[in-house]
Amino acid sequence: MKYMTLIYSDPSLEPAYGTAEFETMMQGYGMLNEALKTAGVYVAGDGLQDVETATSVRVRGGKTETMDGPFAETKERLGGYYIIDCADLDEALRFAAMIPSAAYGTVEVRPLADYGL
Amino acid sequence: MRQDRGRVLSSLMAKFRNFDQAEEALQEALASAFTHWNRNGIPHSPAAWLHAPSRKAIDRLRKARRDEGLSQDIVLLSQGDVVAESHGVTDQRLSLIFTCCHPALEPKSSIALTLRTLGGLTTTEIANAFLDAETTLGQRLSRAKAKIAQAGIPFRVPEPQDWDERLNSVLKVIYLIFNEGYCASSGASSVRVDLCEEAIYLARMIEALRPDEPEVLGVLALMLFAHARYRARIAGAGVVPLEAQDRLLWDQAKLKEAEACLDRALALRKTGPYQIQAAIMALHSQAAARDWGQILMLYDALITFDANPVIRLNRAVALAEAGFLELALQELTTLEGALTMYQPYFAAKADLLRKAGHEAAAQTAYAQAIGLARNAADVAWLQRQKSAAT
Repeated sequence: MKYMTLIYSDPSLEPAYGTAEFETMMQGYGMLNEALKTAGVYVAGDGLQDVETATSVRVRGGKTETMDGPFAETKERLGGYYIIDCADLDEALRFAAMIPSAAYGTVEVRPLADYGL
Repeated sequence: MRQDRGRVLSSLMAKFRNFDQAEEALQEALASAFTHWNRNGIPHSPAAWLHAPSRKAIDRLRKARRDEGLSQDIVLLSQGDVVAESHGVTDQRLSLIFTCCHPALEPKSSIALTLRTLGGLTTTEIANAFLDAETTLGQRLSRAKAKIAQAGIPFRVPEPQDWDERLNSVLKVIYLIFNEGYCASSGASSVRVDLCEEAIYLARMIEALRPDEPEVLGVLALMLFAHARYRARIAGAGVVPLEAQDRLLWDQAKLKEAEACLDRALALRKTGPYQIQAAIMALHSQAAARDWGQILMLYDALITFDANPVIRLNRAVALAEAGFLELALQELTTLEGALTMYQPYFAAKADLLRKAGHEAAAQTAYAQAIGLARNAADVAWLQRQKSAAT
């Protein structure tokens, strides 16, 4: 079963670039990537650039509306994701809890819909 | 029959890994069983009998699935049969309760699902017990079952690294069921015995499956201590406080069993919050003159596990009883913000203010408590206290 883990956090609560905590966090991500690959559950994963780079788009009445900014302005922002292929929710939650940002923000775990395509 | 229901359902769950199909198979088996038993009488082992017709249901569902072209599932389903798996049945019931009480489900849904699948309650009975509309409860159950299937909530005993956390969430659900029965949230009666007994039944079931879990024994002891006193605790429409209860009405067999459970738990030497609460109950149940010093020590240990405001409130009461009335009142002041809607907070505050000689303030606190009381019994008791305090 494929799960997407959506990593939300408030950038002001995350360790600042250049600090020892930041190094620890990045090492944590390195270790997590290894662990996911060793366990054979890794499908995909990326960090996102900051919400300042976000552009939102919607189509209303056939017209495309383009807006600066993310879908929702919240303190906690979507900062990255993993897609992992796990046996069940317990396994997915175990890996989600290993995501270093879970210590600062929140990781939402959602099963991918299987449309059989 | 009720034990059998949980047993058969969990083995069907192991087979289908899907609540709706397992329940459908069980319903079919039950319908066919009742027809048969009406003709021939109840068999020696109803469970074994139920397994056989539910196998017919499996065949039928298997056929239905084949028609849908889900061939992979058929292979899975064809392996072994339900009866042959009876040696694993106990673990399947354990798996089922871990599924129902998975922390990914809302506690209220877990409660309903647990009572429906492992307890003996029908949807109507659960709706009545929680004063919910039956349709609302039905929807809640459907949503929970859908989440189990779609989010991949597993049907198995948790891995060792998850065990403590998951067991805790099972025990929490069981204790919530008990408390709903013990402090009925509304209505004329302040105890709903059926829910209390349902919770005790579930704890006993887990205890039988895993006899060496200290916290399972702890929660069982805690509930037995409380339930042993229910006949003395309710008189007419009022709740009788511990010190005024007629001890002859206490259920001695339950108290003995509670003590035995607690002893076994403590012998395992791995303390936990339920054991500590049970130990506090044991002290409350033993002598007419309670040892508040020891009770206070236990509360000090309890808040290292869980410093929630309700536990701190109970500790403050113990503090006052142990002779530290001023300290207790100070502690209550720090808790007021967190407990503004909690009736027992104002009842305790009123009581302590009265003991400290602040009668006017005590009257105000009693009035606040009465305003927050959720059932007739509590209102009656608080009214009597308030009148006595003038």
